[in-house]
Amino acid sequence: MMQERLLELQEEALQKVAAASELKELNEVRVAYLGKKGPITEVLRGMGKLSAEERPKIGALANDVREAIATKIEEKQKALETAAVNAKLATETIDVTLPGRPVNKGNLHPLTRVVEEIEDLFIGMGYTVAEGPEVESDYYNFEALNLPKSHPARDMQDSFYITDEILMRTHTSPVQARTMEKHKGQGPVKIICPGKVYRRDNDDATHSHQFQQIEGLVIDENISMSDLKGTLDVFAKKVFGQDREIRLRPSFFPFTEPSVEVDISCKICGGKGCSVCKQTGWIEVLGGGIVRTSLKWLASIPRNILDSHLESAWNGLPC
Amino acid sequence: MFVSYKWLQDYVDLSGINATELADKITKSGIEVERVEKKSEGLKGVVIGHVLEREQHPNADKLNKCQVDIGAENPVQIICGAPNVDKGQKVAVATVGAVLPGNFKIKKAKLRGEESHGMICSLQELGFESKLVSKDYATGIFVFPNDVEVGRDALEELGLSDEVLELGLTPNRSDALSMLGVAYEVGAILGREVKWPVVEKEEAAEKATDYISVKVEAKEDNPIYMAKIIKDVKIGPSPLWMQTRLMSAGIRPHNNVVDITNYILLEYGQPLHAFDYDRFGSKEIVIRRAKDAEKIVTLDEAERTLTPDHLVITNGSEPVAIAGVMGGADSEVKNDTTNIILESAYFAGTVVRKASKDHGLRSEASARFEKGVDPARVREAGERAAQLIAQYAGGTVLQGAAEVDGLTMEPAVISITLEKINTLLGTSMTVSVVESIFKRLQFGVELDNETFTISVPTRRGDITIEADLVEEAARLYGYDNIPATLPIGSATPGQLTDYQIKRRKARRTLEGAGLYQAVTYSLTSQEKASQFALEARESIRLAMPMSEERSQLRLSIVPQLLEVVKYNNARQIDSLALYEIGSVFFKRDEQELPEEKEHIAGAITGLWESHLWQGEKKPVDFFVAKGVIEALFDTLGLADQISYRQAEINDMHPGRTAEVLLNGEVIGFIGQVHPTVQKDLDIKETYIFELSLKALAEAEVAPIAYQTIPRYPSTTRDIALVVDQATKAGDIQDIIEEAGGKLLKEVSIFDLYEGDRMEEGKKSIAYSLKYFDPERTLTDEDITKAHDKVLEAVKEKAGAELRG
Ligand SMILES: [Zn+2]
Repeated sequence: MMQERLLELQEEALQKVAAASELKELNEVRVAYLGKKGPITEVLRGMGKLSAEERPKIGALANDVREAIATKIEEKQKALETAAVNAKLATETIDVTLPGRPVNKGNLHPLTRVVEEIEDLFIGMGYTVAEGPEVESDYYNFEALNLPKSHPARDMQDSFYITDEILMRTHTSPVQARTMEKHKGQGPVKIICPGKVYRRDNDDATHSHQFQQIEGLVIDENISMSDLKGTLDVFAKKVFGQDREIRLRPSFFPFTEPSVEVDISCKICGGKGCSVCKQTGWIEVLGGGIVRTSLKWLASIPRNILDSHLESAWNGLPC
Repeated sequence: MFVSYKWLQDYVDLSGINATELADKITKSGIEVERVEKKSEGLKGVVIGHVLEREQHPNADKLNKCQVDIGAENPVQIICGAPNVDKGQKVAVATVGAVLPGNFKIKKAKLRGEESHGMICSLQELGFESKLVSKDYATGIFVFPNDVEVGRDALEELGLSDEVLELGLTPNRSDALSMLGVAYEVGAILGREVKWPVVEKEEAAEKATDYISVKVEAKEDNPIYMAKIIKDVKIGPSPLWMQTRLMSAGIRPHNNVVDITNYILLEYGQPLHAFDYDRFGSKEIVIRRAKDAEKIVTLDEAERTLTPDHLVITNGSEPVAIAGVMGGADSEVKNDTTNIILESAYFAGTVVRKASKDHGLRSEASARFEKGVDPARVREAGERAAQLIAQYAGGTVLQGAAEVDGLTMEPAVISITLEKINTLLGTSMTVSVVESIFKRLQFGVELDNETFTISVPTRRGDITIEADLVEEAARLYGYDNIPATLPIGSATPGQLTDYQIKRRKARRTLEGAGLYQAVTYSLTSQEKASQFALEARESIRLAMPMSEERSQLRLSIVPQLLEVVKYNNARQIDSLALYEIGSVFFKRDEQELPEEKEHIAGAITGLWESHLWQGEKKPVDFFVAKGVIEALFDTLGLADQISYRQAEINDMHPGRTAEVLLNGEVIGFIGQVHPTVQKDLDIKETYIFELSLKALAEAEVAPIAYQTIPRYPSTTRDIALVVDQATKAGDIQDIIEEAGGKLLKEVSIFDLYEGDRMEEGKKSIAYSLKYFDPERTLTDEDITKAHDKVLEAVKEKAGAELRG
C-alpha cells in the first residue's frame, strides 16, 4: 500500500518536472515533493504502523524516490538555466561585419627603416655607429681625402659652399677622419657612418640635392680585400635581398686603392637589360676599397686598412 | 670614350669574343662599359642605290622624280625632296618594306600623283645625330663615294652594323682614351698580342727644316714639339671607312686632313693640329705664354683675349693657336690649302686646362692634354698622320721634322713582394700568376725570388706606387677570384651609444603614438629658415644657392612639416600626424662650423580619432599633441623633470601655446599654429611641437626605482576646488603635492567645469588624492591631518574654495 503510494508520487512528480517551463515552477515542484511538508515525508511518517520487516524496505524505497525526483529536478534546472542564458545572449547579438575602431599607428620613414636595419646588421658584426656634422670644413670633406682644392674631380659647382672653407658635406667620409683623430690608433676600428649629404643636383625623380649615405670603415691588423668582399657580400644580400645577384668590379676613388664597385642585378628586368639599368642588367649601388695610405688622417697608422664606402646606395631615394 | 668593336680588331684579335662578352670582360677588369650599342638594331632594308635619272616632279617644285638602280632587276622610281639629289650619285635607299629608326616603315606611296617606291635617306634619317653629320650633307641626302657597289647593305657601309662600346673612364685611366690604349687593356685581359699600325716613312728629299723652324720659350709647358711639312695636298673628303669610324667615336667628319688628325687623336690619344703653311705668316714657330690682352680669332670665328696664363703657338709675332685648345682662323686648313704644317706636341695638362676653362673650349684634344698624353708616342703619332695625309690627300711628306724634345722620360720603377700583394688582397696567387699579369700588361718585369721589380711604361702614368701594382694584380686576377671572408681579429663590442638608443626610443614612441616620420630638406628659404625657431639666432646662407627656395640652413623643422601638411591638405588628406628628427643649424663665427643641434618636431592636424558609424569624432587639440610629447618624456624617463609654461611665440596661437621646460630650461614649445598663419598656408587647425632632442637625450635620468605591490591599503579623497578662471591647474597640483607631504602618493585631475552654473570668472577643478603608507595602514586621523594641510594650502596659495 505504502509502496504503491510512493511510486505513484514519483510518477506524479516527474511529470510535473517535465512540464515545468520556468525555474520558479520547478522550484515549486521541489518544495511540493521534497519539502518537509511534502507527501513523501507524510508517507514516511506513517511508517510506524509497518512491521519491522517492512520498515527498512519502505525506507529504502522512499530514499530512491526522493533521489530520482531530485536528479530530474537538477537536470531540468540546468536545462532551464542554459536556455535562459541563451535567450539573453540572443538579444545581445551584434553585426560582426561592421568595421572595427581604427587604431592610430605611425610609421618610420623608409630611409630610417633601411638605415636602422643596416646599423643593426653591422652592430651584430661588432661595429659602432659614428656620426658627424652635416656642415663640414673643406679640410675634412675634401683635403683629408686626397682631394686638394686643385683636384679636377672637385668643382665648386658640385657642392654647397657657405664660405671658402665651410660647406654642406658631400659625403659621410669626413666622419672617418674625425673618428680616427679621436681614436689615435689604439686598437681596431669598426664603424659605420650613416647620414645626410648634400650635392648640387636638380631635384627630380632620381636625383635630390639632399640624400642619405652610409659608409663603413674597418682598421685592423691583417685585414684584406677579401674581408671587404665578404662584408659587402653580407651587406648587399641583406639589404637588397638574397635573390639578387651581386657583382664586384674594380673601380677608382681618390681615397681608396684598390677600389671596388658593387653592382646588383636589376630588379626591374631580372638582369636581361632595360632602360633603368641602361641595358646592362646591373645597377651600381656602392663603392669601396682599401684606404690609401697617403691619406693624412692615416699617417700614424701603419696597418693594413680596409675601408668600404657604402655610398650611392640611396642616391635614388628622395633625401 | 666610344670604342668600335670592328676598329678594335685592327689591333687585337677578338675572334671568339663578341662585343657583349668583351664588354663584360672589360667591365670586370676595371673599366666600366656603360653600354654596347648597335645602331642598326631594328633597322632593315636600306641598300646602296645609283641615281640613274633625275627630273623635276611634274606637280611639285621642290620634289625630284628619280629612277634609282637598287641592284634589283629593274630600277625603281623614287620621289625625293632633298635639294642635293642628282643623277649619277650613289645613295642610301630605304626600299619598300624597310624599317628606319623610330620603327618608321617604308611603304609604296604616291606623292602628288607620282609613285614612289622607297626613300633616299639622309644620315639623320638613318639615325645619325645631326652634330655628327658632315656639313656637306647637313641638309640633304648622303652621297657615297662612287666606288661603292650598288645593292649592298647601306647600313653596313655606313658602319651602323658595327657595335660600339661606351667606356666610362675613371680619372686615372686616361691611357684608355685611345684605341691603342684600349687595345693594350683588352690585350692584357685576353692575354693576346697588340698589333701596332705600321708607319712606313716615304719622305721626299726636301727637308722640313728648310721650310719651318721651332722655338719653345715655355719649356715646362711644352717639352716636346714636332712640326712636319706635307706639300701639295688636295683637300677633299676622307675615305668612307675613316668617316664612319670618326662618327662611331662621336666626331664629325670635315675633310681629309682634319679627319686624319682626328683619326690619330682617336687611335693614339695624341691630339694633332694642321696649319695652312701658306697662311701661317712666317717660317718659324714660337711657343710661348701669351702676352696680357693679346688677341686671337679662333677657328670658331670668335675673338679671344689671352692672358699670360695661356700657352700660345705663334708665328714669331702673332698667336696662331691656343696650345692644345683651338687653332686660329687665319691659318685654318681650307679647301684650297695645298701645304701643311702638322703639329704633334706634348703640352702640360695644367696650362691647357686653364685655357680651355677660361675660354669655355673643352674638346677631345684639350681633354687628352689635360689628363696627360703619352710622351713616348708624340713623334710616332705625328709620323703616322703625315703618312696618312700623303696617302689620302695626295701630298708629299718632307724629310724629318722641325722639333724640340726636352722631356726626359724614365719609366717608373716599383718593387713589390708577392707576400704584400697576397696579404692585401687576401689571395694566394703564385709567383707565376702575378708575373703573367704584369707581362700581359706589357710592363717590364724583373723577378728576384718573390720580389717583383716593375718598369711601368709611360702610357700608364697612373701607376706610381705599390698600391697601384696591387690594384693591377687584383683587377686582372679578377675580383671574382678574390675569396669572400669576414675580418677575424680582436673582437669589438658592437653597440649604439646612449644618445643613439634614446633617439631610437623617441622614434618608437612617436611611431607608437601614431605619428609618421618625415624627412624634409635642411635647406630652405630665408623666410622659413627662422620661422618657429626655438632660438632666435641668425641663419646661415649658402654662398651660391641653386634657388632662393633652398638658400638657407634651417633653424627649425616645423615650417617644412607644415609644408607637408599643406601638400596633404591640398589633396583632401585632412588628418595627419607627422614628426621629424633632424639637425638645425645655428650661426657662429664666420670661420667656425655652425652649431648643429638635433631637434624633434611634430605636426598634428584633423581628426585624432574617428569611428564614424559609432558617431565618434575626436579632433586634434592641444592636449592630444601634449599627450604625445608626454609619452615621449615618459619613455625617456624625464616626466618628472618637465614642466610647461604658457607662452607667446611668434606665429603661434597666443592662448594655446606653451614652452616646454626641462629642469627649468626652455627646450621646446608646443601649441597651435596661429590661425592667421594657418590661413596664409591654407592649412586646417594644426598643432605643432619642436623640442631639442639633444637636450632631452643628454639630460640625466634618475635610475628607475621599482616599487613592490603595496601590502597596505590606500585611501582616496576627492576634492573639487573653485578657483579663478586664470588659475593654472598645474600650479594647483604643485601646491597640493607640496602640501600633501610624503603620505600623498598620487594626484590626478578628474573633472574640469567652466560652465554657466559657475560664478562669473570662476571654474571648478576636481582632484583625486591618493594617500598611502607602505609601512602600515593609515588611520582616518593620519589622512585627515594630511588632507587638511592640502585644503589649507590651496585656499591660501591659490584662493581656492572647496566646492559644496
Ligand atoms: Zn634592368
